Amino acid sequence: MLKKIRVILAIAVIGILTFGFIDLGGLLQNPVLQKIQFGPALLSLSLVTLACLIAATLLLGRVYCSVVCPLGIFQDFFNWLSKKSDKKKKYGYKEENRWLRYGVLAALIIAWLLGFTFLVGLVEPYSAYGRMADELLKPLYILGNNLFAWISEKTGSYRFFKVVLSLKSVTSLVVAILTLLVIGHISYHHGRTWCNTICPVGTILGFFSRFSLLRIRIDTDKCNHCQACGRKCKAFCIDSKNQKIDYSRCVGCFDCIDACKQNALTYGLPRKPAAPVKEDCVDESKRQFLKSGLVLAALAPQALEAKVTGKKDTRVAMSPPGSQSHRNLLQHCTACHLCVSKCPSHVLKPAGMEYGIGGIMQPVMKFDQGYCNYDCTICSQVCPNGAIRPLSVEQKHQTQPGRVVFDVTKCIVNIQHTSCGACAEHCPVQAIHMVPFQGGLTIPETTPEMCVGCGGCEFICPAHAVRIEGNTEHLTAKLPEQEQNIQTEGFDFGF
Amino acid sequence: MDRRDFLKTLAAAGAMLTVKNNGVMDVMASTVPSNGAAAADSKYADLAAVMNGEPVPMLQAALKELGGIERFVKKGNKVVIKPNIGWDRTPELAGNTNPEIVAELIRLSLAAGASEVKVFDHTCDRQQNCYPHSGIEDAVKKAGGIMVPADQQSEYVQVDVPKGKSLKKAMVHKAIVDCDVWFNVPILKNHGGALMTAAMKNHMGIVWDRRAIHSGGLHQCIADICTYKPAALHIVDAYRTLATNGPQGRSAADVVLTKALFASTDIVAVDTAAGKFFTQVNKNINFDDIEHIPDAQALGLGTMNLDKLNVKRIKL
Repeated sequence: MLKKIRVILAIAVIGILTFGFIDLGGLLQNPVLQKIQFGPALLSLSLVTLACLIAATLLLGRVYCSVVCPLGIFQDFFNWLSKKSDKKKKYGYKEENRWLRYGVLAALIIAWLLGFTFLVGLVEPYSAYGRMADELLKPLYILGNNLFAWISEKTGSYRFFKVVLSLKSVTSLVVAILTLLVIGHISYHHGRTWCNTICPVGTILGFFSRFSLLRIRIDTDKCNHCQACGRKCKAFCIDSKNQKIDYSRCVGCFDCIDACKQNALTYGLPRKPAAPVKEDCVDESKRQFLKSGLVLAALAPQALEAKVTGKKDTRVAMSPPGSQSHRNLLQHCTACHLCVSKCPSHVLKPAGMEYGIGGIMQPVMKFDQGYCNYDCTICSQVCPNGAIRPLSVEQKHQTQPGRVVFDVTKCIVNIQHTSCGACAEHCPVQAIHMVPFQGGLTIPETTPEMCVGCGGCEFICPAHAVRIEGNTEHLTAKLPEQEQNIQTEGFDFGF
Repeated sequence: MDRRDFLKTLAAAGAMLTVKNNGVMDVMASTVPSNGAAAADSKYADLAAVMNGEPVPMLQAALKELGGIERFVKKGNKVVIKPNIGWDRTPELAGNTNPEIVAELIRLSLAAGASEVKVFDHTCDRQQNCYPHSGIEDAVKKAGGIMVPADQQSEYVQVDVPKGKSLKKAMVHKAIVDCDVWFNVPILKNHGGALMTAAMKNHMGIVWDRRAIHSGGLHQCIADICTYKPAALHIVDAYRTLATNGPQGRSAADVVLTKALFASTDIVAVDTAAGKFFTQVNKNINFDDIEHIPDAQALGLGTMNLDKLNVKRIKL
């Protein structure tokens, strides 16, 4: 029963969360479930979310891992597949590989402090799932949508629109496929091993779940030592022989409860007044956890001085409006690609080396497929990590993530002596406008301090004469002055 | 280079010049009659200019002078209306054609027996924003028209532009290619590059590759595309005029409630009228500086000489 409830809840969560990624119709403009994920909450220091998740773990065990985390039920799916193909699939108790768990966590913290957020994003479970949803599921969804739109167009209905399907980034696609293969393989053959060795969220929550109030308990009176529970446990955490459970690794899947024919396993409060907790066992993990914390504290000042951007391209990359600076993005973004997926104009793309090694796969603005809508603030609204901070439309109008650079030597007005003005036409703030040139022609002139970096000019320029250079620290765009000499009444035909 | 080569080059250059002139003559010879199909029909006005009314009554008044919708739409015709829906702007910001005018034109066309009325624009901003936010999608659906997507290359087909000089081939929207008659319904706006935009520049939205139009010589390419399949009627919506910061506009401060409408079968005449009206609103712009209008006249697309035309001026 408990297992069914948790599976239904988890499927509902992953379903809604996934729809948040792949939705094309703008139906789920503000995905909520993305905002209660542990990794993003930690990086954005959303204290309320963190407190709730930790409190839930202290109260109920790792419900985050069993219900909230999309990668949890995702792994259970592969695990279920393996059980389908092999009915006799058995697990058994394994000792916790504590050094690996805490070692990975410590290494990730150090990597983050040194600016290699990329590595954290690779294994942060929500982000790993997000990239798979964006890179692998969404294209399928788009294909289905386009097929549907094609059919409805044939029947004379234009209610559905086709959507462009394109490759956003080879790196991200490869990473998503590798994530699928690696995590799929591990969960198919080794249950939730990923969650209890590599996953940093699993390690952190595992620390708290040792003390959880509600937990799986073995009734030693009823237990007949059949060890069925241990064989069913995909977290390898039930030591049936000794009737003990490693709660730091229990992901709360409730498989064991159904496995026990004696009804010896229950999920609940202690039956007797609090059994004394084995101090020595707890102490060690606590110590390691604190050690990691110490390492973190020791490295923090150095990291703050560490150079956040690596080797630079000749062009300065442009981080999304609201991200404030390359540094802020680098510190907070785990590359879940929710913004990339949600960007209606297909401007946000996963970065290659634009931000350096640490920022691989973080969102970067590219204008080959479109340009940033002047009034759109979707990326800043959806970001769960605090990497792109929320912007109001008014704030966005004054945010300058990059500014226009005009190369007159490439402009066709200058070279071919032909009229154009496409750039000025696309500029929402007239930061690029046309001024008189030779022979009655007009040629672009820029006012970079007014530029909002939307990239309309770069997108439309037929000659690559206009481009946007990113600001590593975003600036404030100067608001344009209103033109005078406008008559608002009293005119006639004029001819 | 010896003398023979020089002479050859000279001959070739001469031949090319001749061809070029012929091109102009062709355009002139062919487009004027097709544009002004009823130019000889003196019972109709050549240009109707209406002021001081709401959008729908102004359109109705103009059409009355021009011979009514029946002059253009025959029973069973497939009709296309091409407004300007280029920008993610609400009607109040005057970035796009007034939805009421589009809706009324649909109602009139259907009443005249049109088998279908399709509406589209190859938007600059994202179509999924422009169509609904402009108010046009909703108005079209309510009026019984069909809002057709135009944001995918698959909606366009390659056509020859036999009378084109720069533009010999273009990807034109299927709706235009397949229709019997189409209406060009732009809004009057300031334009950073062209100073003013109305009927001519609205043709940008029937082709797929804007960059090719820009790089191939903007005015020539627009003039060329106008020869492909001339619109039956050009209706310039100036109910609201985007006086400054066009063609997008930044805020309501750029917009003037001008309450006017100009309609003609002659694209140059209607832009001339709209241009003269516009320069009253934005006094920073001189009519003589709006060069694409005389350029179009030189290409033979119509006439700027309004005095020679039968112009009806109506104040409601």
